[in-house]
Amino acid sequence: MAKELIEGNVAIAEAAIRAGLEAFYGYPITPQTEILEHLSWRMPQEGRVFLQAESEIASINMVYGAACAGVRVMTSSSSPGISLMQEGFSYIACSEVPAVVINVMRGGPGLGNVQPSQGDYFQAVKMAGHGDFHMIALAPASVQEAIDLVVLAFDLADRYRTIAMVVADGAIGQMMEPAELPPMRPVRRPEERPTWALTGAKGRKPNIITSLYLSAETLERVNLALQAKLRRIAAQETRWKEYRTEDAELLLVAFGTVGRICQTVVREARALGMRVGLLRPITLWPFPSTRLAALASRGRGILVVEMNAGQMVEDVRLAVEGCCPVQSYGRMGGVIPLPDEILPELKNM
Amino acid sequence: MQEEIIISGFGGQGALFAGQLLAYAAMDQGYHVTWIPSYGPEMRGGKARCTVVISDEEIGSPLVRRPSSAIVLNIPSMEAFEPAVKPGGVLVVNSSLVPQKSERDDIRVFYLPATDIATELGNVRLANVVCLGALVRATGILPLEAVKQALDKHLPERYRTLLALNNQALDRGAACVR
Repeated sequence: MAKELIEGNVAIAEAAIRAGLEAFYGYPITPQTEILEHLSWRMPQEGRVFLQAESEIASINMVYGAACAGVRVMTSSSSPGISLMQEGFSYIACSEVPAVVINVMRGGPGLGNVQPSQGDYFQAVKMAGHGDFHMIALAPASVQEAIDLVVLAFDLADRYRTIAMVVADGAIGQMMEPAELPPMRPVRRPEERPTWALTGAKGRKPNIITSLYLSAETLERVNLALQAKLRRIAAQETRWKEYRTEDAELLLVAFGTVGRICQTVVREARALGMRVGLLRPITLWPFPSTRLAALASRGRGILVVEMNAGQMVEDVRLAVEGCCPVQSYGRMGGVIPLPDEILPELKNM
Repeated sequence: MQEEIIISGFGGQGALFAGQLLAYAAMDQGYHVTWIPSYGPEMRGGKARCTVVISDEEIGSPLVRRPSSAIVLNIPSMEAFEPAVKPGGVLVVNSSLVPQKSERDDIRVFYLPATDIATELGNVRLANVVCLGALVRATGILPLEAVKQALDKHLPERYRTLLALNNQALDRGAACVR
């Protein structure tokens, strides 16, 4: 298929359709409303369900219901809306049903603004909701990668019966780039639904999906199984990209939009004779700690650049365990850090 | 090769469309390209701008503080981006709406009465395309023909009747660059 010039939000929506999305429930919020706009006509066109719910809380609970029925389901929102969904994330995690969530992050805290931000890193990787669980968090740095990661999110959600969140930001959502959409997958037929799904129990024992376990011992067993699953995901699904790390003595670590901006910084620094490389986490959870530790052991410093006050930097410090200095550079409120301000930070190391 | 272009004006002047047209033309010529708009709670008459980056290698930052060229369609855009253009770069000014002159001697500046030319062509909304014709000719980023092909290929169906006029607007803009 030929490349087309496509906006990030539209690409995310169309990629979901092609990955076999059967039902979408959501509520509009800038800077991701184009996802709903696209799905609002494309889903009915494909004979699938699009429903604008009355709120984000309703959306995530509709997602929970559809997921229990074994339907490929997604919602999308931006930062304040994601906060409203957190109770639902926790129920979905405990019930072990697959769901895809898109967060096109905007400036916060509070109502904030609609400019690009990475302020929800902690929320995506550490505090997705109450209780002990993680979501798989995938961070695209381009429109093409957003498409690829939406498809991957559906596959990982299905494989591990978990939430997979695509953590984008306003810049990825609003920008246009040439990209190639995947071919259309057939939608699952009713008889192809997973065996655990709630499909009516005709001629079989009823399935039970719940997140309520009144016995402490039983709930601990559920938790232990969940933790074992999370360890499996961490072992098998950690993803990242490296750029010019082969001889790097200084390492930039950045994700999403800032990750690609740092690619420009590497080029400019190399042109000045500095040996600089970039590690860009693609999965924010699970985090590429092992690889980072290996790179840190042969470098003399790491600069973590983010569109927040310094959140991922905590995971970088945990990963490298003090074996080299780790500095943080962050812009907040929707301000995007540009190469001409990152390069001096790097020179000061 | 990398070119960064900022196109800026009032909402409704077609800054975003002119940038998209350039992005389509660059993509069709096989370049890497990014198009990113300014966005926010804005409306017709508010500020509107986009940044287009065209490169023969994978594009890192889609945003730049100092573009290699710019089109300014109104006074606030002139004030914001005339100082920002990189030395050696190109500035295209819609002189129908921007009376002031650049004081810089390290960039090439082209003053076009783009809104007047567009009105003369029969549609005031073509001022953006007139300026784009000038920018493409002045910078030599792409052949003007590539932009015309992109128009033919990507102009939405409902605007097909304006194809010939858009081509004329590109030519008139390019003719202002000598």
